[in-house]
Amino acid sequence: MRPQTYKIIKVAGFLLLLAVAITMLYPLLWMLGTSVKTNDPAALLREGAGAGVFPSDRNILSNLFPPVWHWDNFAEVFRISPFARYYFNSALIALVVTAGQLVTSSLAAYAFGRLIFRGREKIFFLYLATLMVPASVTLIPLFIIMSKAGLVNSYFVLIVPPMFGAYGTFMLRQFFKGIPDELEEAACIDGCNALMRFIYVVLPLSAPALATLGIFTFLGNWQSFLYPLVMVSSDNLKTIPLGLLNFVDENSANWPLLMAASVWSILPVIGIFLFGQRFFVSGTRLGGVKG
Amino acid sequence: MHNKPFTPWLFLAPSFLGFVAFTLFPIVFSLVLAFCAWDLFRPPRWVGWENFQQLLGFTVREIPAINPMLGAVLFFVCLALAAGGMIRLRGFGRTAVIMALLVLAVVILLQAWEPVNERFWYYTANTFYLLLGLPISMACSLGLAVLLNQTIPGRNLFRLAFFLPSIVGGVGIYLLWKWIFNTEYGLINSVIAMVHPAGGPAWLESQAWAKNALIIMSVWATAGGANMVLYLAALQNVDPQLHEAACIDGAGKWRQFLSITWPMVSPTTAFILIMGVIGGFQGGFDAAYVMTRGGPAGATTTLSYFIYENGFRYFYMGRAAAASWILFVMVLGLTLANWKWMSNRINY
Repeated sequence: MRPQTYKIIKVAGFLLLLAVAITMLYPLLWMLGTSVKTNDPAALLREGAGAGVFPSDRNILSNLFPPVWHWDNFAEVFRISPFARYYFNSALIALVVTAGQLVTSSLAAYAFGRLIFRGREKIFFLYLATLMVPASVTLIPLFIIMSKAGLVNSYFVLIVPPMFGAYGTFMLRQFFKGIPDELEEAACIDGCNALMRFIYVVLPLSAPALATLGIFTFLGNWQSFLYPLVMVSSDNLKTIPLGLLNFVDENSANWPLLMAASVWSILPVIGIFLFGQRFFVSGTRLGGVKG
Repeated sequence: MHNKPFTPWLFLAPSFLGFVAFTLFPIVFSLVLAFCAWDLFRPPRWVGWENFQQLLGFTVREIPAINPMLGAVLFFVCLALAAGGMIRLRGFGRTAVIMALLVLAVVILLQAWEPVNERFWYYTANTFYLLLGLPISMACSLGLAVLLNQTIPGRNLFRLAFFLPSIVGGVGIYLLWKWIFNTEYGLINSVIAMVHPAGGPAWLESQAWAKNALIIMSVWATAGGANMVLYLAALQNVDPQLHEAACIDGAGKWRQFLSITWPMVSPTTAFILIMGVIGGFQGGFDAAYVMTRGGPAGATTTLSYFIYENGFRYFYMGRAAAASWILFVMVLGLTLANWKWMSNRINY
């Protein structure tokens, strides 16, 4: 290929990537832009139709941001709904579930991956087999059990059942299996029992895998929707996704407020993303694929 | 490693107890429930195959011999065999299953097929339709990965930008897209109006376009995410000498892609496809619930939404459980078929 053609292809590729990046990010910018617009008739009269979500022209560039940014929408969300409570519930549940998952999964993964006992492969196969079963299969009986036990509408039902995951166990087991035996043998000679080897040898070496599992468990629970929707109806126990839904019912066409609430809901996610980006783009969580 | 015989059980205990209580026991419970009628208020009642008949049952016009029950049981057995048995079955058994499914297809094509529950089949079709987003999203992932797999300024920034939509998710993002698909003032129809004055479709309010809207959203959310990262990793494992050799032989960029890149990433394609079908076939609830409530006229109702409605709105616990097992068998069947089909086409 002539160098000139090569250069043209490269520039075209770059421009294409740029176009895709803009397409990907524009909806999120649109979200931010809408969240600082206003629905207040007085403000619309003062600042023109461009300050609201129903502008007179449909130019997506000039309509992205309003002439005056109404940051107050973000405070208004907390004033007109128990959003602080939703935030607290979501954070509490996601944190405790994540901690629980890390503890139970890593302990079980150590047994499956590095210890020998009768029935190990059979039990592990049982874990794997349930990964294929849709969540709706277990959700219905779980709801019946919890409601008969009088446990629906409690922190218990939101926190305890999600703390156990076959997926996390599977992922960590794959990782643990890759740690060289010699390290544990050395610790064994130094007089370490299984628990000490687990704590002082295996866990420190698995920090990236644990971080990845932790991040994805946290995000999964932060965004979890169907499970709390089924299990909880009391306003005091609602998480952010459920709270947002309440918000829609009460402020149906107030897009600026809805978008402000939505921005609040994804803010921690973006924070975690920027903080832990290497765990997302490394693909460790999908382990075991050879390509 | 040497250990005392009970040590492993101590490690396993917390996870295993939770697993038995919150996964294994509910699964067994659900299997029994699928053969019961229970609204949680009156005591449960054993109804046998009736739930399955209510969902899968059908009659065939002009052939009274096939009653709904027989039809449902036949169908379920075929489905289960196709799901679990096709790989093991040889000779006559396999021919029989294939023939039964073919006869069923002919009956449906001749429109002699009269299902007991038409909605269930409509929702099944919806679920399959929404899977169309997967190949589109995979093509985008691979395309982006190929573009990113060269020395390009700002490569890492691009990766982060593409990844962001896949990580923000949940109800907030569904609300955003509900706003973007707004017929009058939404972002998408504003763009369309700039080039095409008549304006775009009514998206979420239109029976014909609502599913397409959900597909567009899912492509946006998944194209640059984990799948792209997987493809990128696969591309980086391709030996550059292969491309050099092809270049010397006079192969153009497109020829190289078809003969080198595509075969070399085929294991990754298989993995993404299988995981995507498993996830996609079970999904669709959250988005539909937030954006359309399954509408308009059931156009965005998927099987998982149908199960939710039956179980938690009408309290047909037994029927919901039966539907969730049918969903499971369908996912299993698709996955095994996928697996078999792909394993003949993976190149190394």
